Amino acid sequence: MFDFSKISSWLHGFLTGYIPEWAAILTESVLVALAIITLYAVFAIVLIYMERKICAAFQCRLGPMRVGPWGTLQVFSDVFKMLTKEIINLRKTDMFLHNLAPFLVVSASMVTFACLPWNKGAHMIDFNVGVFFFLAISSVGVVGILLAGWSSNNKYSLIGAMRSGAQIISYELSIGMTMLAMICLTGTMSFSEICEQQAVEGWNIFRGHVPAVLAFIIYLIAGNAECNRGPFDLPESESELTAGYHTEYSGMHFGYYYLAEYLNLFICAGMASTIFLGGWAPLHIAGLEGFNHIMDLIPGAVWFLGKAFFVVFLLMWLRWTFPRLRIDQILSLEWKYLVPITMFNLVLMALLVSLGLTF
Amino acid sequence: MNSQNIMFVILAVFIVLSSLATVLTKSIVRAATYLLFVLLGTAGLYFLMGYTFLGAVQVMVYAGGIIVLYVFSILLTSGRQEQLSRNTVGKVLASAALSVVGLGVFLLMLFKQNLFEQVAVLGAPSEPVGETTNSIASIGHVLLASGEQGYLLPFEAVSLLLLACIVAGLLIARKH
Repeated sequence: MFDFSKISSWLHGFLTGYIPEWAAILTESVLVALAIITLYAVFAIVLIYMERKICAAFQCRLGPMRVGPWGTLQVFSDVFKMLTKEIINLRKTDMFLHNLAPFLVVSASMVTFACLPWNKGAHMIDFNVGVFFFLAISSVGVVGILLAGWSSNNKYSLIGAMRSGAQIISYELSIGMTMLAMICLTGTMSFSEICEQQAVEGWNIFRGHVPAVLAFIIYLIAGNAECNRGPFDLPESESELTAGYHTEYSGMHFGYYYLAEYLNLFICAGMASTIFLGGWAPLHIAGLEGFNHIMDLIPGAVWFLGKAFFVVFLLMWLRWTFPRLRIDQILSLEWKYLVPITMFNLVLMALLVSLGLTF
Repeated sequence: MNSQNIMFVILAVFIVLSSLATVLTKSIVRAATYLLFVLLGTAGLYFLMGYTFLGAVQVMVYAGGIIVLYVFSILLTSGRQEQLSRNTVGKVLASAALSVVGLGVFLLMLFKQNLFEQVAVLGAPSEPVGETTNSIASIGHVLLASGEQGYLLPFEAVSLLLLACIVAGLLIARKH
């Protein structure tokens, strides 16, 4: 399996040969940050195009077809439209908070984006408490949403921010508990160790069988709600609820929310593929040596992206299939059904692990 | 001056400026936002020292929990009175006296424990601690140990307190 840390250690050695170590680390940090921002933009464009095409397929349409072959240039032209739009300043609002809110949301999303394991040795952020750090940072984005609603000086935006905030805080609980169940199985919180383990012992969803599959399904539901996507996409309903916390935003400030929504979808899918489907670990079937060897030849980044986009497809399928829920239905789904099931699931997983019934 | 110290200075200036902004601003929502920056900066200090668990807890509990709770309660309670109350002379004098007393206690503790000499010996801030001393596994073992170094009793007391808070919250929110 190709190990990306060879490249990064070679780069570190190359840089420290010419400049002092602190300058080398600074240069590497800047390079990594540039890589994150570039990947962020590229994935946003890919995901928006994918969403339009998949949505069209589910509704028996063709989707964007006019701009470029198969509409591939549609997203680029939309991005340029968004960039050239005017950012409207509202009167009698707190302009500082109004401008700060989208950056809070997008930077929280970017830090969680950096937690994803792209390949063997290609972890940008890797602690021994990686999963916990991921959960912690993703909870900062809620502040941005609440501030956006308040600083818009519009009661519909404020109520929309309350709705989205309550929804995200509630569903964080389910995400945390499903991850806890999986940590019970892996025994480590570091993303690199979780992936290494799955490369050797098989994917967690097979190792943990019943509770892992249950946790995977609950994680997909809660993750969809966490990204404010359908059937939990209340901020999308312009005609019924006057949209949500981002009603008063225009131009690129609205674009940041749009960007963060799609990237949060990808992050959610990437986390699902890391924790349940093995991250960059290839598919191995015990006993089939030739098959395993061929699977090893496929690079880890391809495995990771393939799994992540498969989960993205599942989430988009979910979005374009189910009708939208009301806010009280969303909250009762979480507190009355998902939380008890995840608690039961956590106990079941702990029981199976302590009895040695997992693989 | 190595890169550790440079990062420490950057974080310290950021924390001090955000703290000043927190207490000097007129708008209560802005104060909560600046407080978020203070807490994130503190988390940055923990990460700088290599205490990744403590840093993540700081972000999770304070930035993700307490600040969201503050902003939620501000949004739910205040209507048009988002401005803080005016500073009267008595208020200014009282807070100045309190700040001086706090600074005095802080400096007294610093000198009494000979922290300056210790810092001069160690060099501040120290290099990141090794992964073994603060790994999440050892934290978990200590947290649930009942021996001399264990924290089982405080852990259970805190969980009992939280349970009481949940029950009280349910009692208040219950429809009669």
